[in-house]
Amino acid sequence: MNNLQDKVALITGSARGQGAAEARLFASRGAKVVITDVLDEEGKAVAAEIGDAAHYIHLDVTDENSWAAAVKETVERFGKLNVLVNNAGIVQIKPLVESSVADYMKVIEINQLGVFLGMRTVAGPMKDAGGGSIINISSIDGLIGMSGGTAYCASKFAVRGMTKVAAMELGPDNIRVNSIHPGGIHTPMITQTGMDDSAMNDIFGKVPLGRVGQPEEMATLAAYLASDDSSYSTGSEFIADGGLTAGFSLEG
Amino acid sequence: MGALDGKVALITGAARGQGAAEARLFVERGAKVMLTDVLDEEGKAVAAEIGDSAAYMHLDVTSEQGWKDVVAATVEKFGKLNVLINNAGIITAPKEVHETSLEDYRKVIDINQIGVFLGMREVVEPMKKDGNSSIVNIASIDGLIGMYGASAYCASKFAVRGMTKVAALELGKYGIRVNSLHPGGVQTKILGDIGISEEQADGAFKSTPLGRIAKSEEMATLAAYLASDDASYSTGSEFVADGGLTAGFALEG
Ligand SMILES: NC(=O)c1ccc[n+]([C@@H]2O[C@H](COP(=O)([O-])OP(=O)(O)OC[C@H]3O[C@@H](n4cnc5c(N)ncnc54)[C@H](O)[C@@H]3O)[C@@H](O)[C@H]2O)c1
Ligand SMILES: NC(=O)c1ccc[n+]([C@@H]2O[C@H](COP(=O)([O-])OP(=O)(O)OC[C@H]3O[C@@H](n4cnc5c(N)ncnc54)[C@H](O)[C@@H]3O)[C@@H](O)[C@H]2O)c1
Repeated sequence: MNNLQDKVALITGSARGQGAAEARLFASRGAKVVITDVLDEEGKAVAAEIGDAAHYIHLDVTDENSWAAAVKETVERFGKLNVLVNNAGIVQIKPLVESSVADYMKVIEINQLGVFLGMRTVAGPMKDAGGGSIINISSIDGLIGMSGGTAYCASKFAVRGMTKVAAMELGPDNIRVNSIHPGGIHTPMITQTGMDDSAMNDIFGKVPLGRVGQPEEMATLAAYLASDDSSYSTGSEFIADGGLTAGFSLEG
Repeated sequence: MGALDGKVALITGAARGQGAAEARLFVERGAKVMLTDVLDEEGKAVAAEIGDSAAYMHLDVTSEQGWKDVVAATVEKFGKLNVLINNAGIITAPKEVHETSLEDYRKVIDINQIGVFLGMREVVEPMKKDGNSSIVNIASIDGLIGMYGASAYCASKFAVRGMTKVAALELGKYGIRVNSLHPGGVQTKILGDIGISEEQADGAFKSTPLGRIAKSEEMATLAAYLASDDASYSTGSEFVADGGLTAGFALEG
Protein backbone atom coordinates (compact mmCIF):
# COMPACT_ATOMS: atom_id res chain seq x y z
CA MET A 1 0.00 0.00 0.00
CA ASN A 2 1.74 3.14 -1.20
CA ASN A 3 -0.80 5.79 -0.37
CA LEU A 4 1.72 8.26 1.08
CA GLN A 5 3.73 8.50 -2.13
CA ASP A 6 3.80 12.29 -2.47
CA LYS A 7 3.98 13.12 1.20
CA VAL A 8 6.78 14.77 3.12
CA ALA A 9 6.13 14.42 6.84
CA LEU A 10 7.75 16.05 9.85
CA ILE A 11 7.13 14.02 13.01
CA THR A 12 8.01 15.37 16.45
CA GLY A 13 9.13 13.13 19.31
CA SER A 14 9.87 10.35 16.84
CA ALA A 15 13.07 8.93 18.31
CA ARG A 16 11.00 6.16 19.92
CA GLY A 17 7.47 5.04 20.78
CA GLN A 18 4.56 6.07 18.59
CA GLY A 19 6.55 8.70 16.68
CA ALA A 20 9.17 6.14 15.61
CA ALA A 21 6.41 3.69 14.57
CA GLU A 22 4.84 6.45 12.48
CA ALA A 23 8.15 7.27 10.81
CA ARG A 24 8.70 3.61 9.87
CA LEU A 25 5.17 3.07 8.58
CA PHE A 26 5.01 6.36 6.66
CA ALA A 27 8.30 5.57 4.90
CA SER A 28 7.13 2.04 4.11
CA ARG A 29 4.03 3.55 2.46
CA GLY A 30 6.06 5.88 0.29
CA ALA A 31 6.53 9.08 2.30
CA LYS A 32 9.69 11.03 3.05
CA VAL A 33 9.99 11.56 6.79
CA VAL A 34 11.85 14.02 8.96
CA ILE A 35 12.37 12.54 12.38
CA THR A 36 12.76 15.09 15.16
CA ASP A 37 13.26 14.77 18.90
CA VAL A 38 15.50 15.85 21.77
CA LEU A 39 16.90 12.30 21.99
CA ASP A 40 19.48 12.70 19.23
CA GLU A 41 21.20 9.30 19.45
CA GLU A 42 17.98 7.35 19.28
CA GLY A 43 16.49 9.62 16.62
CA LYS A 44 19.53 9.30 14.34
CA ALA A 45 19.44 5.53 14.74
CA VAL A 46 15.78 5.34 13.66
CA ALA A 47 16.51 7.56 10.63
CA ALA A 48 19.55 5.46 9.66
CA GLU A 49 17.55 2.25 9.93
CA ILE A 50 14.83 3.64 7.62
CA GLY A 51 17.38 4.83 5.04
CA ASP A 52 17.32 7.54 2.38
CA ALA A 53 13.64 8.36 2.84
CA ALA A 54 14.35 9.58 6.37
CA HIS A 55 16.36 12.39 7.90
CA TYR A 56 16.90 13.36 11.55
CA ILE A 57 16.82 16.93 12.90
CA HIS A 58 17.14 17.97 16.55
CA LEU A 59 13.95 19.80 17.54
CA ASP A 60 12.85 20.79 21.02
CA VAL A 61 9.20 21.58 20.32
CA THR A 62 9.15 24.42 22.86
CA ASP A 63 11.73 26.40 20.89
CA GLU A 64 10.31 28.79 18.30
CA ASN A 65 13.58 29.30 16.39
CA SER A 66 14.26 25.58 16.17
CA TRP A 67 10.82 25.08 14.62
CA ALA A 68 11.56 27.62 11.89
CA ALA A 69 14.96 26.02 11.22
CA ALA A 70 13.61 22.44 11.14
CA VAL A 71 10.80 23.34 8.75
CA LYS A 72 13.21 25.21 6.49
CA GLU A 73 15.64 22.29 6.44
CA THR A 74 12.79 19.87 5.65
CA VAL A 75 11.66 21.89 2.64
CA GLU A 76 15.26 22.29 1.43
CA ARG A 77 15.95 18.58 1.68
CA PHE A 78 12.70 17.08 0.41
CA GLY A 79 11.25 19.94 -1.66
CA LYS A 80 8.09 20.53 0.38
CA LEU A 81 6.29 19.79 3.63
CA ASN A 82 2.71 18.57 3.55
CA VAL A 83 2.29 16.45 6.68
CA LEU A 84 3.01 17.39 10.29
CA VAL A 85 2.53 14.97 13.17
CA ASN A 86 2.66 16.84 16.47
CA ASN A 87 3.49 13.77 18.53
CA ALA A 88 6.09 14.86 21.11
CA GLY A 89 4.75 14.84 24.63
CA ILE A 90 5.40 14.09 28.26
CA VAL A 91 3.14 12.77 30.99
CA GLN A 92 3.10 13.80 34.63
CA ILE A 93 1.06 12.19 37.39
CA LYS A 94 0.74 14.59 40.31
CA PRO A 95 -2.26 15.47 42.49
CA LEU A 96 -3.63 18.96 41.90
CA VAL A 97 -2.82 20.12 45.44
CA GLU A 98 0.81 19.02 45.10
CA SER A 99 1.40 20.59 41.67
CA SER A 100 3.64 23.65 41.52
CA VAL A 101 3.28 26.22 38.76
CA ALA A 102 6.62 25.03 37.41
CA ASP A 103 5.36 21.42 37.27
CA TYR A 104 2.21 22.53 35.50
CA MET A 105 3.96 24.81 33.02
CA LYS A 106 6.50 22.17 32.03
CA VAL A 107 3.72 19.96 30.66
CA ILE A 108 1.86 22.86 29.03
CA GLU A 109 5.05 24.11 27.35
CA ILE A 110 5.80 20.79 25.64
CA ASN A 111 2.36 19.28 25.03
CA GLN A 112 0.41 22.44 24.25
CA LEU A 113 2.70 25.30 23.19
CA GLY A 114 4.74 22.80 21.17
CA VAL A 115 1.64 21.98 19.12
CA PHE A 116 0.73 25.65 18.76
CA LEU A 117 4.21 26.50 17.47
CA GLY A 118 4.22 23.52 15.13
CA MET A 119 0.90 24.35 13.50
CA ARG A 120 1.86 28.01 13.17
CA THR A 121 5.23 27.28 11.59
CA VAL A 122 4.05 24.77 8.96
CA ALA A 123 0.96 26.68 7.76
CA GLY A 124 2.95 28.73 5.20
CA PRO A 125 4.94 25.87 3.64
CA MET A 126 1.82 23.68 3.53
CA LYS A 127 -0.09 26.39 1.71
CA ASP A 128 2.82 26.59 -0.76
CA ALA A 129 2.58 22.82 -1.23
CA GLY A 130 -1.07 23.18 -2.24
CA GLY A 131 -2.38 21.83 1.05
CA GLY A 132 -1.52 19.36 3.74
CA SER A 133 -2.54 17.44 6.82
CA ILE A 134 -1.71 18.32 10.42
CA ILE A 135 -2.18 15.51 12.93
CA ASN A 136 -2.10 16.46 16.58
CA ILE A 137 -1.57 13.61 19.03
CA SER A 138 -3.85 14.33 21.94
CA SER A 139 -5.01 11.48 24.21
CA ILE A 140 -8.12 9.96 25.76
CA ASP A 141 -7.08 12.45 28.45
CA GLY A 142 -8.22 15.12 25.99
CA LEU A 143 -11.71 13.56 26.14
CA ILE A 144 -12.12 12.48 29.78
CA GLY A 145 -10.32 13.13 33.05
CA MET A 146 -7.43 11.20 34.58
CA SER A 147 -6.80 11.63 38.28
CA GLY A 148 -3.36 13.10 38.91
CA GLY A 149 -3.37 14.55 35.42
CA THR A 150 -4.37 18.20 35.86
CA ALA A 151 -1.60 19.53 33.64
CA TYR A 152 -1.65 16.59 31.20
CA CYS A 153 -5.44 16.73 30.71
CA ALA A 154 -5.37 20.50 30.42
CA SER A 155 -2.75 20.25 27.69
CA LYS A 156 -4.52 17.44 25.81
CA PHE A 157 -7.95 19.14 25.97
CA ALA A 158 -6.26 22.30 24.72
CA VAL A 159 -4.78 20.41 21.76
CA ARG A 160 -8.24 19.08 20.92
CA GLY A 161 -9.67 22.61 21.00
CA MET A 162 -6.85 24.24 19.02
CA THR A 163 -7.22 21.53 16.38
CA LYS A 164 -10.76 22.67 15.64
CA VAL A 165 -9.84 26.35 15.40
CA ALA A 166 -6.90 25.60 13.12
CA ALA A 167 -9.18 23.43 10.95
CA MET A 168 -11.53 26.37 10.47
CA GLU A 169 -8.76 28.86 9.74
CA LEU A 170 -6.62 26.66 7.47
CA GLY A 171 -9.40 24.84 5.60
CA PRO A 172 -9.49 27.47 2.83
CA ASP A 173 -5.80 26.68 2.14
CA ASN A 174 -6.69 22.98 1.86
CA ILE A 175 -4.87 22.16 5.10
CA ARG A 176 -6.75 19.60 7.16
CA VAL A 177 -6.22 19.45 10.94
CA ASN A 178 -7.36 16.56 13.13
CA SER A 179 -6.55 15.12 16.54
CA ILE A 180 -5.73 11.52 17.43
CA HIS A 181 -6.71 10.22 20.85
CA PRO A 182 -4.74 7.12 21.83
CA GLY A 183 -5.76 5.00 24.78
CA GLY A 184 -3.13 3.03 26.69
CA ILE A 185 -0.22 2.33 24.35
CA HIS A 186 2.81 0.16 25.05
CA THR A 187 5.61 2.76 24.77
CA PRO A 188 8.42 4.05 27.00
CA MET A 189 5.98 6.72 28.28
CA ILE A 190 4.18 3.99 30.21
CA THR A 191 7.03 1.58 30.84
CA GLN A 192 9.12 4.43 32.27
CA THR A 193 6.60 4.88 35.06
CA GLY A 194 7.77 1.47 36.28
CA MET A 195 4.69 -0.36 35.01
CA ASP A 196 5.53 -3.86 33.78
CA ASP A 197 3.58 -5.85 31.18
CA SER A 198 1.42 -7.63 33.73
CA ALA A 199 0.44 -4.39 35.48
CA MET A 200 -0.32 -2.90 32.05
CA ASN A 201 -2.52 -5.86 31.16
CA ASP A 202 -4.35 -5.60 34.49
CA ILE A 203 -5.29 -2.01 33.70
CA PHE A 204 -5.91 -2.18 29.96
CA GLY A 205 -7.26 -5.75 30.00
CA LYS A 206 -10.51 -4.17 31.18
CA VAL A 207 -11.16 -2.21 27.98
CA PRO A 208 -13.57 -3.81 25.45
CA LEU A 209 -10.72 -5.08 23.26
CA GLY A 210 -9.07 -6.50 26.39
CA ARG A 211 -5.49 -5.38 25.77
CA VAL A 212 -3.06 -2.48 25.64
CA GLY A 213 -2.53 -0.87 22.22
CA GLN A 214 0.70 -1.06 20.22
CA PRO A 215 2.44 1.99 18.71
CA GLU A 216 1.97 0.49 15.22
CA GLU A 217 -1.81 0.70 15.73
CA MET A 218 -1.56 4.46 16.22
CA ALA A 219 0.74 4.77 13.24
CA THR A 220 -1.91 3.26 10.93
CA LEU A 221 -4.43 5.85 12.10
CA ALA A 222 -1.93 8.67 11.61
CA ALA A 223 -1.19 7.28 8.14
CA TYR A 224 -4.89 7.34 7.30
CA LEU A 225 -5.16 10.99 8.34
CA ALA A 226 -1.96 11.88 6.47
CA SER A 227 -3.24 10.26 3.28
CA ASP A 228 -5.71 11.58 0.72
CA ASP A 229 -8.11 8.84 1.86
CA SER A 230 -9.17 11.26 4.62
CA SER A 231 -9.75 14.16 2.21
CA TYR A 232 -13.07 15.26 3.75
CA SER A 233 -12.08 15.02 7.44
CA THR A 234 -10.95 18.11 9.29
CA GLY A 235 -11.43 19.53 12.78
CA SER A 236 -12.38 16.22 14.27
CA GLU A 237 -11.26 13.65 16.85
CA PHE A 238 -10.01 10.20 15.87
CA ILE A 239 -9.98 7.75 18.76
CA ALA A 240 -8.02 4.49 19.03
CA ASP A 241 -8.45 3.40 22.63
CA GLY A 242 -9.68 -0.19 22.47
CA GLY A 243 -13.09 1.11 23.55
CA LEU A 244 -11.91 2.66 26.84
CA THR A 245 -14.08 5.77 26.42
CA ALA A 246 -17.09 3.93 24.91
CA GLY A 247 -18.82 3.58 28.27
CA PHE A 248 -18.97 1.58 31.48
CA SER A 249 -20.34 -1.82 32.41
CA LEU A 250 -22.35 -2.89 35.45
CA GLU A 251 -21.69 -6.55 34.59
CA GLY A 252 -18.63 -8.43 35.92
CA MET B 1 -3.87 -2.37 -2.80
CA GLY B 2 -4.85 -5.33 -0.63
CA ALA B 3 -5.82 -3.61 2.60
CA LEU B 4 -9.11 -5.53 2.57
CA ASP B 5 -7.79 -8.91 1.43
CA GLY B 6 -9.65 -11.63 3.32
CA LYS B 7 -12.63 -9.41 4.16
CA VAL B 8 -16.20 -10.32 3.29
CA ALA B 9 -18.47 -7.31 3.63
CA LEU B 10 -22.24 -6.97 3.72
CA ILE B 11 -23.33 -3.45 2.77
CA THR B 12 -26.90 -2.22 3.14
CA GLY B 13 -28.39 0.46 0.89
CA ALA B 14 -25.63 -0.29 -1.63
CA ALA B 15 -27.58 0.19 -4.86
CA ARG B 16 -26.42 3.80 -5.15
CA GLY B 17 -24.78 6.69 -3.33
CA GLN B 18 -22.30 6.01 -0.56
CA GLY B 19 -23.15 2.30 -0.30
CA ALA B 20 -22.37 1.72 -3.98
CA ALA B 21 -19.10 3.69 -3.65
CA GLU B 22 -18.14 1.51 -0.68
CA ALA B 23 -18.88 -1.68 -2.59
CA ARG B 24 -16.67 -0.57 -5.51
CA LEU B 25 -13.76 0.56 -3.33
CA PHE B 26 -13.88 -2.46 -1.04
CA VAL B 27 -13.57 -4.87 -3.97
CA GLU B 28 -10.81 -2.75 -5.49
CA ARG B 29 -8.92 -3.19 -2.20
CA GLY B 30 -9.37 -6.94 -2.08
CA ALA B 31 -12.72 -7.64 -0.37
CA LYS B 32 -15.72 -9.70 -1.41
CA VAL B 33 -18.96 -7.75 -1.12
CA MET B 34 -22.62 -8.62 -0.73
CA LEU B 35 -24.59 -5.59 -1.88
CA THR B 36 -28.13 -5.24 -0.55
CA ASP B 37 -30.92 -2.71 -1.04
CA VAL B 38 -34.60 -2.41 -1.84
CA LEU B 39 -33.73 -0.97 -5.28
CA ASP B 40 -33.15 -4.33 -6.96
CA GLU B 41 -32.53 -3.15 -10.53
CA GLU B 42 -29.90 -0.64 -9.55
CA GLY B 43 -28.32 -2.97 -6.98
CA LYS B 44 -27.95 -5.80 -9.47
CA ALA B 45 -26.42 -3.44 -12.01
CA VAL B 46 -23.77 -2.24 -9.56
CA ALA B 47 -22.92 -5.81 -8.53
CA ALA B 48 -22.67 -6.91 -12.18
CA GLU B 49 -20.42 -3.99 -13.01
CA ILE B 50 -18.07 -4.88 -10.13
CA GLY B 51 -17.84 -8.51 -11.20
CA ASP B 52 -17.27 -11.86 -9.51
CA SER B 53 -16.21 -10.44 -6.15
CA ALA B 54 -19.66 -8.92 -5.71
CA ALA B 55 -23.20 -10.24 -5.45
CA TYR B 56 -26.57 -8.60 -4.91
CA MET B 57 -29.49 -9.60 -2.70
CA HIS B 58 -32.72 -7.86 -1.84
CA LEU B 59 -32.78 -6.69 1.80
CA ASP B 60 -35.24 -4.34 3.41
CA VAL B 61 -33.31 -3.56 6.60
CA THR B 62 -36.53 -3.44 8.63
CA SER B 63 -37.19 -7.13 7.94
CA GLU B 64 -35.89 -9.52 10.60
CA GLN B 65 -36.28 -12.55 8.35
CA GLY B 66 -34.67 -10.70 5.46
CA TRP B 67 -31.57 -10.14 7.60
CA LYS B 68 -31.33 -13.81 8.55
CA ASP B 69 -31.59 -14.88 4.91
CA VAL B 70 -28.99 -12.41 3.67
CA VAL B 71 -26.46 -13.23 6.39
CA ALA B 72 -26.83 -16.95 5.71
CA ALA B 73 -26.52 -16.44 1.95
CA THR B 74 -23.42 -14.27 2.34
CA VAL B 75 -21.65 -16.87 4.45
CA GLU B 76 -22.68 -19.57 2.02
CA LYS B 77 -21.44 -17.67 -1.02
CA PHE B 78 -18.21 -16.16 0.32
CA GLY B 79 -17.37 -18.55 3.19
CA LYS B 80 -17.57 -16.02 6.01
CA LEU B 81 -18.78 -12.57 7.03
CA ASN B 82 -16.45 -10.20 8.86
CA VAL B 83 -17.51 -6.68 7.82
CA LEU B 84 -20.95 -5.08 8.05
CA ILE B 85 -21.67 -1.57 6.78
CA ASN B 86 -25.05 -0.43 8.07
CA ASN B 87 -25.47 2.26 5.45
CA ALA B 88 -29.14 2.17 4.37
CA GLY B 89 -31.03 5.27 5.47
CA ILE B 90 -33.72 7.76 4.61
CA ILE B 91 -34.62 11.32 5.50
CA THR B 92 -38.05 12.90 5.19
CA ALA B 93 -38.98 16.41 4.05
CA PRO B 94 -38.11 19.03 6.71
CA LYS B 95 -40.93 19.52 9.24
CA GLU B 96 -40.90 21.22 12.61
CA VAL B 97 -41.47 18.87 15.51
CA HIS B 98 -45.08 19.93 16.11
CA GLU B 99 -45.89 19.22 12.47
CA THR B 100 -44.24 15.81 12.35
CA SER B 101 -46.70 12.92 12.13
CA LEU B 102 -46.13 9.83 14.24
CA GLU B 103 -46.24 7.79 11.05
CA ASP B 104 -43.39 9.77 9.46
CA TYR B 105 -41.40 9.64 12.68
CA ARG B 106 -41.77 5.86 12.98
CA LYS B 107 -40.82 5.30 9.35
CA VAL B 108 -37.45 7.00 9.83
CA ILE B 109 -36.78 5.22 13.13
CA ASP B 110 -37.69 1.86 11.60
CA ILE B 111 -35.20 2.11 8.75
CA ASN B 112 -32.35 4.18 10.21
CA GLN B 113 -32.39 2.84 13.76
CA ILE B 114 -34.16 -0.53 13.99
CA GLY B 115 -32.41 -1.55 10.77
CA VAL B 116 -29.02 -0.98 12.42
CA PHE B 117 -30.11 -2.83 15.58
CA LEU B 118 -31.20 -5.85 13.55
CA GLY B 119 -28.06 -5.81 11.43
CA MET B 120 -25.68 -5.75 14.39
CA ARG B 121 -27.63 -8.54 16.06
CA GLU B 122 -27.72 -10.85 13.07
CA VAL B 123 -24.03 -10.68 12.14
CA VAL B 124 -22.65 -11.49 15.61
CA GLU B 125 -22.61 -15.27 15.12
CA PRO B 126 -20.58 -15.36 11.89
CA MET B 127 -18.36 -12.53 13.11
CA LYS B 128 -17.65 -14.35 16.37
CA LYS B 129 -16.55 -17.32 14.29
CA ASP B 130 -14.18 -15.12 12.32
CA GLY B 131 -12.77 -13.44 15.42
CA ASN B 132 -11.49 -10.31 13.61
CA SER B 133 -14.49 -8.34 12.45
CA SER B 134 -15.69 -4.79 12.04
CA ILE B 135 -19.15 -3.22 12.08
CA VAL B 136 -19.42 0.30 10.68
CA ASN B 137 -22.66 2.15 11.34
CA ILE B 138 -23.30 5.12 9.07
CA ALA B 139 -24.73 7.81 11.33
CA SER B 140 -24.42 11.47 10.31
CA ILE B 141 -23.33 14.83 11.63
CA ASP B 142 -27.00 14.82 12.64
CA GLY B 143 -25.94 12.23 15.22
CA LEU B 144 -23.59 14.85 16.70
CA ILE B 145 -25.53 18.11 16.41
CA GLY B 146 -29.11 19.10 15.64
CA MET B 147 -30.60 19.82 12.24
CA TYR B 148 -33.61 22.08 11.95
CA GLY B 149 -36.72 20.22 10.81
CA ALA B 150 -35.27 16.75 11.33
CA SER B 151 -36.38 15.46 14.73
CA ALA B 152 -36.85 11.86 13.60
CA TYR B 153 -33.64 11.78 11.53
CA CYS B 154 -31.54 13.25 14.37
CA ALA B 155 -33.18 10.93 16.90
CA SER B 156 -32.34 7.92 14.74
CA LYS B 157 -28.73 9.01 14.11
CA PHE B 158 -28.05 9.85 17.77
CA ALA B 159 -29.50 6.43 18.61
CA VAL B 160 -27.12 4.76 16.15
CA ARG B 161 -24.21 6.57 17.79
CA GLY B 162 -25.32 5.36 21.23
CA MET B 163 -25.97 1.76 20.19
CA THR B 164 -22.56 1.67 18.54
CA LYS B 165 -20.90 2.24 21.91
CA VAL B 166 -22.94 -0.40 23.71
CA ALA B 167 -22.25 -2.95 20.99
CA ALA B 168 -18.54 -2.09 21.20
CA LEU B 169 -18.58 -2.79 24.94
CA GLU B 170 -20.42 -6.09 24.48
CA LEU B 171 -18.74 -7.46 21.36
CA GLY B 172 -15.09 -6.49 21.96
CA LYS B 173 -14.45 -9.82 23.65
CA TYR B 174 -15.38 -11.63 20.43
CA GLY B 175 -12.95 -9.62 18.35
CA ILE B 176 -15.70 -7.50 16.84
CA ARG B 177 -15.04 -3.76 16.59
CA VAL B 178 -18.00 -1.38 16.23
CA ASN B 179 -17.68 2.27 15.20
CA SER B 180 -19.91 4.97 13.78
CA LEU B 181 -19.12 7.06 10.71
CA HIS B 182 -20.52 10.59 10.58
CA PRO B 183 -20.68 12.09 7.08
CA GLY B 184 -21.32 15.77 6.54
CA GLY B 185 -22.85 16.83 3.24
CA VAL B 186 -22.34 14.19 0.56
CA GLN B 187 -23.42 14.52 -3.08
CA THR B 188 -26.07 11.77 -3.30
CA LYS B 189 -29.75 11.44 -4.14
CA ILE B 190 -30.82 11.63 -0.47
CA LEU B 191 -30.34 15.42 -0.57
CA GLY B 192 -33.25 15.64 -3.00
CA ASP B 193 -35.51 14.46 -0.20
CA ILE B 194 -34.77 17.61 1.80
CA GLY B 195 -35.24 19.82 -1.24
CA ILE B 196 -31.59 20.30 -2.22
CA SER B 197 -31.12 19.75 -5.96
CA GLU B 198 -27.90 18.37 -7.44
CA GLU B 199 -26.99 21.85 -8.72
CA GLN B 200 -27.58 23.48 -5.32
CA ALA B 201 -25.73 20.82 -3.34
CA ASP B 202 -22.15 22.13 -3.47
CA GLY B 203 -23.24 25.69 -2.72
CA ALA B 204 -25.11 24.56 0.38
CA PHE B 205 -21.79 23.58 1.96
CA LYS B 206 -19.68 26.56 0.83
CA SER B 207 -19.39 27.96 4.33
CA THR B 208 -17.72 24.86 5.80
CA PRO B 209 -13.93 24.99 6.37
CA LEU B 210 -13.19 22.87 3.28
CA GLY B 211 -15.76 24.94 1.36
CA ARG B 212 -17.39 22.12 -0.60
CA ILE B 213 -19.64 19.08 -0.46
CA ALA B 214 -18.09 15.58 -0.34
CA LYS B 215 -18.13 12.86 -2.96
CA SER B 216 -19.38 9.42 -1.93
CA GLU B 217 -15.88 8.06 -2.53
CA GLU B 218 -14.59 10.18 0.36
CA MET B 219 -16.88 8.32 2.75
CA ALA B 220 -15.94 4.97 1.21
CA THR B 221 -12.26 5.52 2.07
CA LEU B 222 -13.16 6.11 5.72
CA ALA B 223 -15.41 3.04 5.80
CA ALA B 224 -12.54 1.06 4.21
CA TYR B 225 -10.17 2.26 6.91
CA LEU B 226 -12.54 1.15 9.67
CA ALA B 227 -13.15 -2.19 7.94
CA SER B 228 -9.43 -2.87 7.65
CA ASP B 229 -6.97 -4.18 10.23
CA ASP B 230 -5.36 -0.72 10.18
CA ALA B 231 -8.12 0.28 12.61
CA SER B 232 -7.37 -2.63 14.97
CA TYR B 233 -7.42 -0.58 18.22
CA SER B 234 -10.49 1.56 17.44
CA THR B 235 -13.90 0.57 18.77
CA GLY B 236 -16.93 2.38 20.20
CA SER B 237 -15.98 5.67 18.69
CA GLU B 238 -17.17 8.30 16.22
CA PHE B 239 -15.34 8.92 12.93
CA VAL B 240 -16.30 12.22 11.34
CA ALA B 241 -15.82 13.27 7.71
CA ASP B 242 -17.70 16.52 7.39
CA GLY B 243 -15.28 19.02 5.87
CA GLY B 244 -15.09 20.70 9.27
CA LEU B 245 -18.82 21.48 9.52
CA THR B 246 -19.00 20.49 13.21
CA ALA B 247 -15.58 21.95 14.15
CA GLY B 248 -17.11 25.21 15.35
CA PHE B 249 -18.50 28.56 14.24
CA ALA B 250 -16.80 31.64 12.83
CA LEU B 251 -17.34 35.26 13.73
CA GLU B 252 -15.28 36.33 10.69
CA GLY B 253 -16.84 36.73 7.24
N1 LIG C 1 1.62 5.83 25.60
C1 LIG C 1 0.38 6.15 25.90
O1 LIG C 1 -0.32 5.40 26.60
C2 LIG C 1 -0.23 7.43 25.38
C3 LIG C 1 -1.61 7.59 25.50
C4 LIG C 1 -2.21 8.74 25.00
C5 LIG C 1 -1.44 9.70 24.38
N2 LIG C 1 -0.10 9.56 24.26
C6 LIG C 1 0.66 10.61 23.59
O2 LIG C 1 1.34 10.07 22.49
C7 LIG C 1 2.48 10.88 22.17
C8 LIG C 1 3.68 9.98 21.96
O3 LIG C 1 4.04 9.38 23.19
P1 LIG C 1 4.61 7.89 23.31
O4 LIG C 1 3.56 7.05 23.91
O5 LIG C 1 5.22 7.46 22.05
O6 LIG C 1 5.73 8.12 24.46
P2 LIG C 1 7.34 8.29 24.36
O7 LIG C 1 7.72 8.84 25.68
O8 LIG C 1 7.94 7.03 23.92
O9 LIG C 1 7.54 9.36 23.20
C9 LIG C 1 7.49 10.74 23.40
C10 LIG C 1 8.65 11.37 22.66
O10 LIG C 1 8.55 12.79 22.79
C11 LIG C 1 9.87 13.28 22.99
N3 LIG C 1 9.87 14.60 23.64
C12 LIG C 1 9.65 14.90 24.95
N4 LIG C 1 9.81 16.21 25.16
C13 LIG C 1 10.15 16.75 23.97
C14 LIG C 1 10.45 18.09 23.53
N5 LIG C 1 10.44 19.13 24.39
N6 LIG C 1 10.73 18.28 22.23
C15 LIG C 1 10.74 17.25 21.36
N7 LIG C 1 10.50 15.98 21.72
C16 LIG C 1 10.19 15.75 23.00
C17 LIG C 1 10.54 12.23 23.84
O11 LIG C 1 11.94 12.35 23.79
C18 LIG C 1 10.02 10.94 23.24
O12 LIG C 1 10.84 10.47 22.21
C19 LIG C 1 2.60 11.87 23.31
O13 LIG C 1 2.07 13.12 22.90
C20 LIG C 1 1.74 11.28 24.40
O14 LIG C 1 1.23 12.25 25.28
C21 LIG C 1 0.53 8.43 24.76
N1 LIG D 1 -25.79 12.34 1.65
C1 LIG D 1 -25.62 12.97 2.79
O1 LIG D 1 -25.44 14.20 2.80
C2 LIG D 1 -25.59 12.20 4.09
C3 LIG D 1 -25.12 12.87 5.22
C4 LIG D 1 -25.05 12.19 6.43
C5 LIG D 1 -25.44 10.87 6.50
N2 LIG D 1 -25.91 10.24 5.38
C6 LIG D 1 -26.30 8.82 5.54
O2 LIG D 1 -25.56 8.04 4.63
C7 LIG D 1 -26.25 6.83 4.34
C8 LIG D 1 -26.25 6.59 2.84
O3 LIG D 1 -27.03 7.59 2.20
P1 LIG D 1 -26.66 8.22 0.77
O4 LIG D 1 -26.18 9.60 1.01
O5 LIG D 1 -25.80 7.30 0.02
O6 LIG D 1 -28.14 8.36 0.12
P2 LIG D 1 -28.92 7.42 -0.93
O7 LIG D 1 -30.34 7.81 -0.80
O8 LIG D 1 -28.28 7.52 -2.27
O9 LIG D 1 -28.68 5.93 -0.40
C9 LIG D 1 -29.47 5.34 0.59
C10 LIG D 1 -29.80 3.93 0.14
O10 LIG D 1 -30.54 3.27 1.20
C11 LIG D 1 -31.56 2.52 0.56
N3 LIG D 1 -32.68 2.23 1.48
C12 LIG D 1 -33.66 3.07 1.87
N4 LIG D 1 -34.54 2.40 2.65
C13 LIG D 1 -34.09 1.13 2.75
C14 LIG D 1 -34.56 -0.03 3.41
N5 LIG D 1 -35.70 -0.03 4.15
N6 LIG D 1 -33.85 -1.18 3.30
C15 LIG D 1 -32.72 -1.20 2.57
N7 LIG D 1 -32.23 -0.15 1.91
C16 LIG D 1 -32.92 1.02 1.99
C17 LIG D 1 -31.99 3.36 -0.62
O11 LIG D 1 -32.68 2.57 -1.58
C18 LIG D 1 -30.67 3.90 -1.13
O12 LIG D 1 -30.08 3.06 -2.08
C19 LIG D 1 -27.64 7.00 4.96
O13 LIG D 1 -27.69 6.29 6.18
C20 LIG D 1 -27.73 8.49 5.21
O14 LIG D 1 -28.60 8.79 6.29
C21 LIG D 1 -25.99 10.88 4.19
